[in-house]
Amino acid sequence: MEILGRFTIDSLPFYSVIAASGAGVTVLGGLLVVGVITWFGAWRYVWTEWLTSLDHKKIGIMYIMVALVMLLRGFVDAAMMRSQQAIAFNSDGYLPPSHFDQIFSSHGTIMIFFMAMPFMAGLINLIMPQQIGSRDVAFPFMNSISLWITTAGAGLVLISLVIGRFSTAGWTGYPPYSGVEFTPGVGVDYWIWAVLISGIGSTMSGINFVATIVKCRAPGMYMFRLPLFTWTVFVTAALMIFAFPALTVACTMLMLDRTLDMHFFTNGMGGNMMNYINIFWLWGHPEVYILVLPAFGVFSEVVAIFSQKRLFAYLSLVFATMAIAFLSFTVWLHHFFTMGSSAKVNSFFGTMTSIIAVPTGVKVFDWLMTMFRGRIIFKPPMLYMLGFLVLFVIGGLSGVLLALPPVDYVVHNTTFLVAHFHNVIIPGVVFGYLAGYMMWFPKAFGFKLNEKWGAWSFWCWTIGFILAFMPLYVLGFLGMPRRMEHYEIAAWQPHLIVAAVGAFIIFLGIVCMAIQLIVSLRDREELVDMTGDPWNGRSLEWATSSPAAPYNFAVIPDVKGLDAFWQMKAEGIAYKQPDHYEDITLPRNSSLGLMIGVLGGVFGFAMIWWIWWLAILSMGVIAVLIIIRACDDHTNFVMPASEVKAIEDAWFAKIAKAPRNEMEDDPGFAGFPAPEGTA
Amino acid sequence: MATAPIIDPKGPIILAERNLMFSATAIMMIVILPAFLMTALFIWRYRGTNRKARYTPDLAYFWPVEVVVWGVPAAIILWLGIHLWHNTYELDPYNAINPSVKPLRVDVIAQDWKWLFIYPEQDIAVVNELVFPAGRPLSLKITSDTVMNSFMIQALGGQIFAMAGMQTRLHLLADEPGKFWGRNVQYSGAGFSDQQFRAIATTNEDFDAWVEKVRGAEEKLDTATYEKLLKPSQKVPVTYYSDYELNLFDTIIAKYAHNDADLTPSSETAEPAQ
Ligand code: HEM
Ligand SMILES: [Cu+2]
Ligand SMILES: [Cu+2]
Repeated sequence: MEILGRFTIDSLPFYSVIAASGAGVTVLGGLLVVGVITWFGAWRYVWTEWLTSLDHKKIGIMYIMVALVMLLRGFVDAAMMRSQQAIAFNSDGYLPPSHFDQIFSSHGTIMIFFMAMPFMAGLINLIMPQQIGSRDVAFPFMNSISLWITTAGAGLVLISLVIGRFSTAGWTGYPPYSGVEFTPGVGVDYWIWAVLISGIGSTMSGINFVATIVKCRAPGMYMFRLPLFTWTVFVTAALMIFAFPALTVACTMLMLDRTLDMHFFTNGMGGNMMNYINIFWLWGHPEVYILVLPAFGVFSEVVAIFSQKRLFAYLSLVFATMAIAFLSFTVWLHHFFTMGSSAKVNSFFGTMTSIIAVPTGVKVFDWLMTMFRGRIIFKPPMLYMLGFLVLFVIGGLSGVLLALPPVDYVVHNTTFLVAHFHNVIIPGVVFGYLAGYMMWFPKAFGFKLNEKWGAWSFWCWTIGFILAFMPLYVLGFLGMPRRMEHYEIAAWQPHLIVAAVGAFIIFLGIVCMAIQLIVSLRDREELVDMTGDPWNGRSLEWATSSPAAPYNFAVIPDVKGLDAFWQMKAEGIAYKQPDHYEDITLPRNSSLGLMIGVLGGVFGFAMIWWIWWLAILSMGVIAVLIIIRACDDHTNFVMPASEVKAIEDAWFAKIAKAPRNEMEDDPGFAGFPAPEGTA
Repeated sequence: MATAPIIDPKGPIILAERNLMFSATAIMMIVILPAFLMTALFIWRYRGTNRKARYTPDLAYFWPVEVVVWGVPAAIILWLGIHLWHNTYELDPYNAINPSVKPLRVDVIAQDWKWLFIYPEQDIAVVNELVFPAGRPLSLKITSDTVMNSFMIQALGGQIFAMAGMQTRLHLLADEPGKFWGRNVQYSGAGFSDQQFRAIATTNEDFDAWVEKVRGAEEKLDTATYEKLLKPSQKVPVTYYSDYELNLFDTIIAKYAHNDADLTPSSETAEPAQ
């Protein structure tokens, strides 16, 4: 059996009914997708229009599809933990520790690496190039590799449910527990390789986004005319470039410890696990800002559009973003105040952490000032924005408390911490991305999402969140540690039951989103966005058709100020069809990105199971594919002017037919930008 | 056992920690309450259908607002920073509490999945029970003979990591006799949920009586017994040892110790692991 490395028949999930049914659902889900595509005979379409596409918008949509699937899986994990803890008072519940521990590990890993990160990369891909008036990202092929190796990482986590087991070391994988001495199986290796592989994808995405913003802006789109979303993307991408190598290093060293018996982080033999914790959080803290800054960017767009007002204090918001990014590299030690550092060290990092609250507070008040004397329209994206404003402030408060080392000593590692980070991640990151999803959906698909179900999803998420996580603050004060599989303290149970109810209401929120999607698909004729500008938007992504043509802009726009598209509308130069078009060069489809992703997954799988021949083989093939790509001189094709004209003519015909802008129906609508000083 | 220490602190350390938390929360209300109020007010007043409210779509800058928006949070953080700095020094877990009173020394060893307490001055060792006189500071030296753990008695304050090859310190004090709950709060594997112990603050007399009782125990903690105890086990009942192997704590640290000079264990003066 050497040929299969350390795989044996015991690696299959027949050790427990629950594990086996999880595996069954995963396998069936995969088969279902394959079956549906085959049923509709859509393989050619899926292959040419999606899997091999280098169009940044399609890559963005695929990223978001990965994120939504992983959100479901991550949520199932959360629901299992919540129900276990609700019943496990003086009882073992229904999950043994060996299983419960895999679940909190996979939940955290999935939510951070395979839900939040792909969601973010997806929104950025979909929108950022259009906001800066570009036809694509700087490196479309690298973009496709990023997508597919991130997906490969997600695939490894899903496969661990079917073949072998997942890590029990939490999403942080702290040694020495995560070393071979204490966790010899494949679990931690699954975690390491999923994180390593997707981390490389994230680093490449970061490089791609920075290069795009630096090099591909339309004429006149100076840095200080960038829409705020693009600004946050720029800063986040820079953070990704600087932070992700730290994660890669930490995981690689841990991998060497486990695979080649080295001793970077082992208990004895000169290893020191504190180094891992240090390097991990050197990435880990910036990571939370990598996730939240683009969400801040979305909120900045949402609040201006739906308050029908210019964004307040643009410069302040840009500088606050930069300040947060800079400071985010100076605070990582707050994740281990309790490791016995001196008071000098702890007070330095504590102070730096609380300083971050200043630029964050500035942002909150600038958003509020944007609403001040506006005309607020309560569409679902704006509802998410308002929910965020209120809830995020509470998360910020608990964050500042945790930044005080003496307070952290009392509540670190308790559910207070769990409440805090969900309190910033769900209203901050998730609400931000969901607001972006609901606002930009028409830009991706050409029709809007049903607003009633969108509003319902918002209320379920918000109420569910409050019920699911506020009790955890209390539980932290009652001393409940995180990651508890069962407990003997009666006072905890009522809070845990409320939390489980909250999780159920969040589930209803997810159901509402599913219904919203289905209902909107059914009513897509009615919800159609004819103009490409369904919300009376301000930045350039609203100047393209919905969905945007492969080239986004037939003629690259000339930018004259902030809120470029708003200004064009005000000056009456929007929607003017030029008299002639030029040929446009676009990237040709390539299947190599997908193949590299699949092979990257195979490589990871081989390393996890010690199937050395397969690891060498897959790496070799990847190298060959990269050489093939490098030798290919025909990576682009030219779309002739006539074809561009045909596409544009069709769109202008549609605009002419559009009775009026969709926003006019809303009773709160305040009017279109009129030429010269509206007031 | 499960009242929240922020409502009912049982010692001076937790009291100070909780007071810091309260005052920090209070000072932050200076920005948080206005944020809530403004959100509520603006949602109501500037709802799109309210045509009576003023509408200034081009209002994008007003410098006094910027001054307030940067200035007030900065002032609060300055206040907070000063308190943070001061309290972090004051409440450093390495600090001896009230140096004029001789503390009770206990050496703590984390194992899978239990806690071993060694009383060097009393020459006894105990599993999963920490007894100490109320009113007298407790001075703990902590290490681990397994993965990283975190030692916490929340009712009295602070927690600190327990790490193999290293020694950390924690000082606690209980005002009154009472029973508290202590445990590991850093996830450490399958037996983590049950890795807890009783912390009992007693009167001086009761403490002496308890020491006598432990001294009368049959078992002694020699190397062989220790090795047996070290094997991973769960829900280990309270166990008393009337004697223990000399220098056990230092030996355990030395098992893993790094070669760097300042990480060598032992002696009162040993500095924190970092
Ligand atoms: C959708 C609703 C969610 C629920 C009900 C939920 C619930 C939970 C629960 C019960 C835990 C374990 C707490 C414990 O250790 O005692 C947990 C841990 C965690 N969650 Fe969530 N969660 C949700 C969403 C998210 C999201 C959106 C993210 C991130 C984007 C996230 C990231 C994490 C992380 C990083 C951990 C720590 C895992 C670990 O201990 O290693 N969660 N969550
Ligand atoms: Cu942090
Ligand atoms: Cu240490």
